[in-house]
Amino acid sequence: MDPAVPPPSPGLRESATFDRRVIHEIQRAAETGIYNIRGWGAKRALPHFDDLVLLGASMSRYPLEGYRERCATDVVLGTRHAKKPIHLKIPITIAGMSFGALSAQAKEALGRGATAAGTSTTTGDGGMTPEERGHSDLLVYQYLPSRYGMNPDDLRKADAIEIVLGQGAKPGGGGMLLGAKISDRVAAMRTLPMGIDQRSACRHPDWTGPDDLAIKIEELREITDWEKPIYVKFGASRPYYDTALAVKAGADVIVVDGMQGGTGASQEVFLEHVGIPTLPAIRQAVEALQELGMHRKVQLIVSGGIRSGADVAKALAMGADAVSIGTAALIALGCNSPRWQADYEKLGSSAGFYSDYQNGNDPAGITTQDPALAGRLDPIAGGERLANYLQVLTLETQTIARACGKSHVLNLDREDLAALTIEAAAMAKVPLAGTSWVPGAAGL
Amino acid sequence: MKTTTEERVVDLTATSVRELNHALHQLRHVDGPGHWHVREPRGAHSVACGLDVNVRVEVDGPTGYYCAGMNQAATVILHGNTGTGVAENMMSGFVHVRGNASQSAGASGHGGLLVIDGNAGARCGISMKGIDIVVKGSVGHMSAFMAQAGNLVVCGDAGEALGDSIYEARIFVRGKAADLGADCIEKEMREEHRRLLADLLARANLDHAPGEFRRYGSARRLYNFQKGHAGHY
Repeated sequence: MDPAVPPPSPGLRESATFDRRVIHEIQRAAETGIYNIRGWGAKRALPHFDDLVLLGASMSRYPLEGYRERCATDVVLGTRHAKKPIHLKIPITIAGMSFGALSAQAKEALGRGATAAGTSTTTGDGGMTPEERGHSDLLVYQYLPSRYGMNPDDLRKADAIEIVLGQGAKPGGGGMLLGAKISDRVAAMRTLPMGIDQRSACRHPDWTGPDDLAIKIEELREITDWEKPIYVKFGASRPYYDTALAVKAGADVIVVDGMQGGTGASQEVFLEHVGIPTLPAIRQAVEALQELGMHRKVQLIVSGGIRSGADVAKALAMGADAVSIGTAALIALGCNSPRWQADYEKLGSSAGFYSDYQNGNDPAGITTQDPALAGRLDPIAGGERLANYLQVLTLETQTIARACGKSHVLNLDREDLAALTIEAAAMAKVPLAGTSWVPGAAGL
Repeated sequence: MKTTTEERVVDLTATSVRELNHALHQLRHVDGPGHWHVREPRGAHSVACGLDVNVRVEVDGPTGYYCAGMNQAATVILHGNTGTGVAENMMSGFVHVRGNASQSAGASGHGGLLVIDGNAGARCGISMKGIDIVVKGSVGHMSAFMAQAGNLVVCGDAGEALGDSIYEARIFVRGKAADLGADCIEKEMREEHRRLLADLLARANLDHAPGEFRRYGSARRLYNFQKGHAGHY
């Protein structure tokens, strides 16, 4: 419970174990007999990028002039095997989110914003929409266990293919789209009856394990004549091994999604208790790439809780080649905007707290298939807001990189980082600020 | 556009799968793509996948994973056994396995007809989305798992958990189903189903009487999750 909220009487003592939120959840469970489902991602406090700081230039490092000297931000993804790697102007991409979970207008807005910023966006469970393809210069096509809407024509239209094993919000779990969001169009794209609670598979139907994955990757390359970069995305649970195995299987790009990553709908117990935070996930993935001699040869995209240019800079300094944003992109479009406060209150929520994406009645018109609500989001204006936000992230990242003396944001490295907590120092394997102590490091 | 009606023979001991598939994909620029024979596949993976023209490809020998994967429009005849995921995600066309197929045959197929002369392994027709599959022998466990649309015809027996979590696909079994998965039930064979089945059998060149089959499908009890469902899984 928020410690800022005082108890009803000064003499009352709240249980730390059974606080008001826990009691409310037990009472809710007892009344309904079903687990709590919601969107967003983990809401609990976790070790995160806020627990790291960047070390600006000093006597031993020269900074670059903040407004004059060049600090490049471009990144190329898929250089290992693909005939046509992806060239991004900024190291920030838009994560996979489905049409179904999001409205067509929201998907279009994401495409417009990403295109204006010179980066890619990504499909999701349910296939590729013409709106999304038409407004995305660079579109990554997800290849998911459900295979909803999967077809070779769209595969050939894509700029890259992302094989999804899982996502950070729920590694090991399948997707979920409740009946209220299964419109005629969504149902037709997924070959499902309208109005059912659709649960996507958690395993691929025709392969299991890294040896099969290698053959699956080869098949996708064959179908697309080896043109497209093949990404492999997984939710962070065992990122060291998953990264190594994905590299062995032939991936061009690894996408690691930490437990702060968002989702359209999942069981709350899953969101809060399964997976590991983004911070240790990056470090383990980078270690695996380095040990294989594949760091920077197989590119690494990380996601899960990226909010600011500081987060981007820290992720790159830890060894990522790019980051991906989902929740932050939706907020940029207008999710949780105070503009819709009255409507949030009608739903028992409030701007800044809303995460019931599963219900399909999003006041901001983003996570809905209701035509009236979806019409609230102007895809052109939404795209401009997202482009603005991406520009700010990029400017912030450059500002930090210049302060650290880097002429390219990918030149940030681990020596530019220090940790503020012992936990973050251990997870990121960077020294605790003001010391040379890296908890758990060999010999220390 | 070039025109070719010639028969082509490709020996996979001399030509790579990559070269073969690339050549087959180039047929989309040709009027009359012809008839191809693939020799000595020796269990190679991804043979003849991603085809999207009305070509006829015959493969002489055993193939590995994902043969004829994502097939569109093409006719692919496999003279031998085949591995995992034959005709996976097929959109249209015809794939005929003149042998046995490993697991996940026709997985997530959206259309077309897959005929397997022998047996098919586990998860035959998993996540099928409109494909028709006719297996002259038996199928393994978890076949038609989460099957969404289309028809699975099994002339032999079906393994455990047939049709688990099935949606709107139809299953016809001539032999015995070991047991049924969650929300899969036996359903009445009405005239419309007998006509549908007769057509599928005829297309597979089989003369079984539709009346020898039982029909299975979704009870539709689990379409909307409720608290009483926990025990059904």
